[in-house]
Amino acid sequence: MNWKMWSLKKSVWVFHVNCGACNNCDIEIVNLLTPKFDVERFGIKLVGSPRHADALLVTGVGTKQAARRLQEVYRQTAKPCVVFCMGACACGTGIFEGAYHVAGPVDEVVKEVDPNAIIAYVPGCPPKPEAMISGVVKALAAI
Amino acid sequence: MSETVRKSVLAVGPFHPLQEEMEFFQLTVDGETVTDINVRLSYNHRGIEKLSETLQFDQIPFLVSRICGICSASHPLAYVQAVEEIAQVEVPERALYVRTIINELERIHSHLLWVGLAGHFIGYDTVFMWAWKYREPVLDLLEEITGNRNNYGNVKVGGCREDVPDELKPKILAELDVIEQKTEMLTKAVLDDPVLHARLKGVGILKKDDAVKFAVTGPTARGSGVDIDVRHDDTYAAYGALDWKVISQPEGDVFAKAVVRLLETFESIKMVREALRKLPKGPVAAEVKEIPPGEGCGHAEAPRGETFHYVRSDGGNRPVRHKVRAPSYVNVPSFKASCIGEHIADVTLTLAAVDPCYSCTERVAVVDGRRQVVHNYASLLQLSREKTARLRKEIGAPEMKLEDL
Repeated sequence: MNWKMWSLKKSVWVFHVNCGACNNCDIEIVNLLTPKFDVERFGIKLVGSPRHADALLVTGVGTKQAARRLQEVYRQTAKPCVVFCMGACACGTGIFEGAYHVAGPVDEVVKEVDPNAIIAYVPGCPPKPEAMISGVVKALAAI
Repeated sequence: MSETVRKSVLAVGPFHPLQEEMEFFQLTVDGETVTDINVRLSYNHRGIEKLSETLQFDQIPFLVSRICGICSASHPLAYVQAVEEIAQVEVPERALYVRTIINELERIHSHLLWVGLAGHFIGYDTVFMWAWKYREPVLDLLEEITGNRNNYGNVKVGGCREDVPDELKPKILAELDVIEQKTEMLTKAVLDDPVLHARLKGVGILKKDDAVKFAVTGPTARGSGVDIDVRHDDTYAAYGALDWKVISQPEGDVFAKAVVRLLETFESIKMVREALRKLPKGPVAAEVKEIPPGEGCGHAEAPRGETFHYVRSDGGNRPVRHKVRAPSYVNVPSFKASCIGEHIADVTLTLAAVDPCYSCTERVAVVDGRRQVVHNYASLLQLSREKTARLRKEIGAPEMKLEDL
């Protein structure tokens, strides 16, 4: 493991990207910061710019308007970074499969920019905050 | 030499730290003062209306609850009411009460969520943490009743999917007492704080006549002195049998909207208590065999305002048309009246004050930046008539004059 990957696992700062979600996963993500779950204890912090982030929390199906912007946000994120697909929509478009304004699951959109992107999936509609924490822990343990 | 006037445009979005959703505001500014505002949407458009034409009547409640995660009880309720109007279903009384309980619990958590976010926007993070801490028990209750913290999927055509079990009643009542006590503390802390008075009063005023002109709904309208509420004006579910009052404030500023939401939370708590007490015995769903041809409308009071669903059936197992109008769709344009002339720092708060929900609102927007075409009412009417005439010709409909109708 090189030092970059080693340092990625400590105090992950995340940037939250909504690309066509119904707000549910987004609110559960914000919920993680509030007293009941309080992930800031572990150094996980929501930051305001992708340039400060170690991980992207992507929610939503990836609509045609949002897909290009997601790719741009991914390009701006410092590498190495982890892309977390939060929720059923981001993992595989979920209930919106086949809709005309859907550009495809988030992982395919990101892989168009970087075929070697590190992508982790947290399914659920919406995933419970506990599931999100568990997903982040498992992904960081695996890399 | 002609003088050119240069305007500064401040772009906010589509990804920005203020709100979780994608939206794009163009603020035309003169120094610190905002002189014009433009909203661009369709980042979040998923094509739900079209998608719902491919699903069966029973599957659509699960789809429409995903229009918006926070209004995920009101949207299916409005849809189900529309379908019940087509099929003329007699919904069991217990189901009506269960629907009321779920919807009011949703309103409690949604209003607390807004109070928290509003606190966050003005840099008062204590309120944010408090409000979100106290809404957690509501989510836990909803999980116990319906099986999910959000996206309850609890209504179906003819009734409800899950019942409120009688053995859960004491727990709900005990939790409501705690929530009421904490909300009271929060309300006192917010309403008696001189800093918040100074920060929120007189900011982003939406006057009563503007509120009527922009046809705003929900707490945005009630905060401007327009006391409209679907639950009261056209009662549905069990609201007619409960004792509650419509909260409205005349001022129209952000403070008034906060007061409306906080006081409504108490009304909701009161309503859930009363509904639990009156909860009749009996089945929780009626059997619906088929949906006859016809059309129906259903509307419900979502936490943000009136949500309206129109469904047309041709007698098959799928709707041929499903139209949704969400509350934020009419609340968002009111920024034109409330934001212009304000400072940039106040605009962010004013934008948040209507509790906008862009995932509800999204329509496809086609923006052509090179050509500027402005349609007025007459030209839109002309375009619409031309399209109708073209379609008539295509399907070979007989010529029809206006006098024939």
